[in-house]
Amino acid sequence: MANHRLTQLKALEAESIYIMREVVAEFRNPVMLYSIGKDSSVMLHLARKAFYPAPLPFPLLHVDTGYKFKEMYEFRDWYAKKIGAELIVRRNEEAIAKGMNPKDYGVARCCGALKTQGLLDALEEGGYDAAFGGARRDEERSRAKERVFSMRDEFGQWDPKNQRPELWNIYNGRIHEGESVRVFPLSNWTEMDIWLYIREENIPIVPLYYAKERPMVVRGNLLIPADDPEHLHEGEVPEPVMCRFRTLGCIPCTGAVRSSADNMDEIVAEAAAAKRSERETRIIDHGSNSMEDKKKEGYF
Amino acid sequence: MSELNFKASEEIELLRLVTVGSVDDGKSTLIGRLLVETKGAFEDQLLAVRKQRHEKHVATAEDIDLAMLTDGLAAEREQGITIDVAYRYFATPKRKFIMADCPGHEQYTRNMVTGASTAHAAIILIDARNGVMPQTRRHTHILSLLGVEHLIVAVNKMDMVNYDEQVFNGIRDEIRDYCEKQGTRDLICIPTSALKGDMVAFRGDQMNWYDGPTLLETLESLSVMGGLDEAPFRFPVQLVNRPQTAELPDYRGFMGTIASGTVRVGDEVVSLPSGMRSKVKEIVTFDGNLEEAFAPQSVTLTLEDEIDVSRGDMLVRPSELPKNARDIHARICWIGDEPMKERGKYLIKHTTSTAKMIVSAINYRTNIHTLEQESADSLSMNEIGSIEMKLQRPIHYDTYADNRVTGSFIIIDSFTNNTVGAGMIES
Repeated sequence: MANHRLTQLKALEAESIYIMREVVAEFRNPVMLYSIGKDSSVMLHLARKAFYPAPLPFPLLHVDTGYKFKEMYEFRDWYAKKIGAELIVRRNEEAIAKGMNPKDYGVARCCGALKTQGLLDALEEGGYDAAFGGARRDEERSRAKERVFSMRDEFGQWDPKNQRPELWNIYNGRIHEGESVRVFPLSNWTEMDIWLYIREENIPIVPLYYAKERPMVVRGNLLIPADDPEHLHEGEVPEPVMCRFRTLGCIPCTGAVRSSADNMDEIVAEAAAAKRSERETRIIDHGSNSMEDKKKEGYF
Repeated sequence: MSELNFKASEEIELLRLVTVGSVDDGKSTLIGRLLVETKGAFEDQLLAVRKQRHEKHVATAEDIDLAMLTDGLAAEREQGITIDVAYRYFATPKRKFIMADCPGHEQYTRNMVTGASTAHAAIILIDARNGVMPQTRRHTHILSLLGVEHLIVAVNKMDMVNYDEQVFNGIRDEIRDYCEKQGTRDLICIPTSALKGDMVAFRGDQMNWYDGPTLLETLESLSVMGGLDEAPFRFPVQLVNRPQTAELPDYRGFMGTIASGTVRVGDEVVSLPSGMRSKVKEIVTFDGNLEEAFAPQSVTLTLEDEIDVSRGDMLVRPSELPKNARDIHARICWIGDEPMKERGKYLIKHTTSTAKMIVSAINYRTNIHTLEQESADSLSMNEIGSIEMKLQRPIHYDTYADNRVTGSFIIIDSFTNNTVGAGMIES
């Protein structure tokens, strides 16, 4: 008698594939938001599985801020080419030309212009009615309340008090003209699941996730990369630190953690033993309700 | 997960849970306890919710405001109530748990239905000081209606009744009687103190009279599959895969998630509604073709013959046909703002197909307090009832009791596009 049991990772995989196929069946013009991070890497891998042997039935959209790590851009271009995906890159050029940065304008304004507005503009330009995002419910408490199909009005805004109930695995993809959905196929994955799956499936990820000696500055509780002297505060002196990144964002706002984990087994072991959440190294999340506020404005 | 031997983690299974009860029953404390004991919450998340009260350096289940951890929306924290389902994740070396944490108040019945719809097991909290309350009966009824296989009753706050065995036995016997009457399949009662930790993850030393498993041991040992693989094969088609590339000019694969049962290469299948037959040629996945696949795997099937199959159709075995009808008798939980009315027209989404329907009759409304059937000509938000409906075309289905996937549907308001009802097919 065959063993008809799915491991939890395979059960999550099956659920994510089902969600992606529902979106492609019910929406006119879907797109996949691709941030180059580990969650995006898993989401993209699942999309390849979902539509195999056909090519991806939607493009990848990277909303770039211009502040990403060099290794991230290199990885993005290499991987999109390797798997034959259509890659669209959009930036809020107007804000970038004005010199938008977190040091002078504050993190909230910088994120609002480069990420939220950049995303809303790119979605409008492409006329996309569904956008896949790699957000997970375990990341942050307002995300724990997020639906798999998250309805957005014409302004891309999330209304947390008026969400459609999601029953069984039956997703209601009906929207009015001008509305759109953000779809989160990784809703039920945890950080640990992501790492275990990357290891099990040998999914390529940006080398910054592996430990290496890098020039860093220590700012409060955070370990900030010293790649660009412009992003340093007064009096900060870079020093070499053996470290890695648990999450990847923009250079000025992403902290690293001290670590010597330079292979997948050690990274998984570190994730298993972690006492502090991965979002702790992301400056944008802190402040009273910041993630919920940003999502209401259209952030994914 | 810090105790976890991660090499073995690839073998662990997924259990979907729903927790019901109100804040007063100690639900938030119990969830917080489970998260803390299984390392499902991180130190910085615990410190963030504790910081708002007073400064300390160690966060424990006792001194943090666990409701602040579980109430994710600003409105919930302002009003001190839980409005919406929140999803929580924790794992032990044996299992990963997805827990839908549902508000227990009557006006949030729809959230409970949402959380229960995907759950294998439910934790119902009872305050040992108050015993079985009307809401306990309401919750138990809804969970049974939604087909949740295992009901775990945690008789909580045992520390407030001096860990008295007689108190626990009284509540256990009462809930057991009630569950027997409505046909609950599996009921487990556990005395707990979420606040002190007794019988949650550890036995503690206050209730040596109880020889059953702790709550966490129970969660780790429940059976998950419930015979899903032994049920008839059901494959609702989501999409037709036609790459039309140079290498695969004529390829036609049928993509879907197996709702129940198993399928093997060479099996004879019939496509519904067309009734055309063929044999399974290949079971295709990115990781290579399979000889056999089973629920709930997501696969692509190719067939020996060129038969007409499209989204919304279902592949089954000719010897195990599902029911087929236009007139459907179903239990409904109404979740829309506007009441459901007799003669009302709506859309239903059933597996991967959407159809128009009209409410032919409302048979009764269930009184949520007495569980008696009352006559009604409408169903308002959070009400549960039984209806007859007529569809624009016949659908292929199983009863909800036989199959949670092919026996369930949602009701959509075609004007607002909102999901307004949850339906469970009875015949």
